[in-house]
Amino acid sequence: MKRIITAIFLLVNLTAVAQNLDSLEVGEKYSITDSDYNNDSVEMADIMRSNGKIYVVVGVILIIFIGFIIYTISLDRKISKIEKEVFKEKVNS
Amino acid sequence: MKKNWWKFLTVAILIYTIVGGLLLDAPRLSILNETIRNQHFHVTMWFGMVILLTGSMVYAIKYLRSGKTDFDDKSVELANAGILFGVLGMLTGMLWAKFTWLAWWSGDPKQNAAAVCLLIYFAYQVLRNSIADEQQRARISGVFNIFAYAAMIPLLFILPRMTDSMHPGNGGNPGFNFYDLDSRLRMIFYPAVIGWTLLGVWIAELKLRSRRIERALEEE
Repeated sequence: MKRIITAIFLLVNLTAVAQNLDSLEVGEKYSITDSDYNNDSVEMADIMRSNGKIYVVVGVILIIFIGFIIYTISLDRKISKIEKEVFKEKVNS
Repeated sequence: MKKNWWKFLTVAILIYTIVGGLLLDAPRLSILNETIRNQHFHVTMWFGMVILLTGSMVYAIKYLRSGKTDFDDKSVELANAGILFGVLGMLTGMLWAKFTWLAWWSGDPKQNAAAVCLLIYFAYQVLRNSIADEQQRARISGVFNIFAYAAMIPLLFILPRMTDSMHPGNGGNPGFNFYDLDSRLRMIFYPAVIGWTLLGVWIAELKLRSRRIERALEEE
């Protein structure tokens, strides 16, 4: 029952507010318009944005990313050090 | 710093991608909801893979023409980085599909084609490991690399467009075509492609340098 109501709701909203997907031809592109940025019919993470929790998500991902980058940079430096040793030796020998 | 400026650029672009990708406005599209932001992560993995594997093929050709082992080293490390990106693209795609297409695997033509491409490149790695002689290994795998790339292009870009596919931009998909991004999404998407690809190049470069060191140590 909930699905039927949601489906009807979506159909009504899609036809009224956004481009009608049914009227597109096969292969035709759906252009994203301002109504796609402003509509109320599609559920998004608005609550997380309004209570600031989205920043937690961003923070977590950034921490992970920076962690990997620090590791990569330390690898890079280690390799540079070894390169200097090995290739200097070869030039000297 | 002269040699490494692009690494700092990579980090900067990727931080921008993560922050912008999550915080900037995204179009509110049904079924996708917020997952459209995956574009900057899942789709960019595949773009990165194709760019890296193109580089790998170019170096394979250069090796076959000149016989210089450095070209073969570059070819294999770019291929390995490309395969890593492909695997990540596959896994992220499956997760995305689970929640939007309602199944980890739908038998979507592009999904299947991507799996076949990955299998072909896994075979490339197995092939390399099975040949003991270095020169032979480089030559045979170089030729295989070219064939693998030649198979990948129609598999990923041509065949899925000719049949029914749920991937945006493919098949008789009457819905939105993500390749027709509006500028707001593109502002993150294009730099993201560059950022992730440069990260792949960085990874390949580190492994290449390790290889060169090993080679130099062996020769002593």
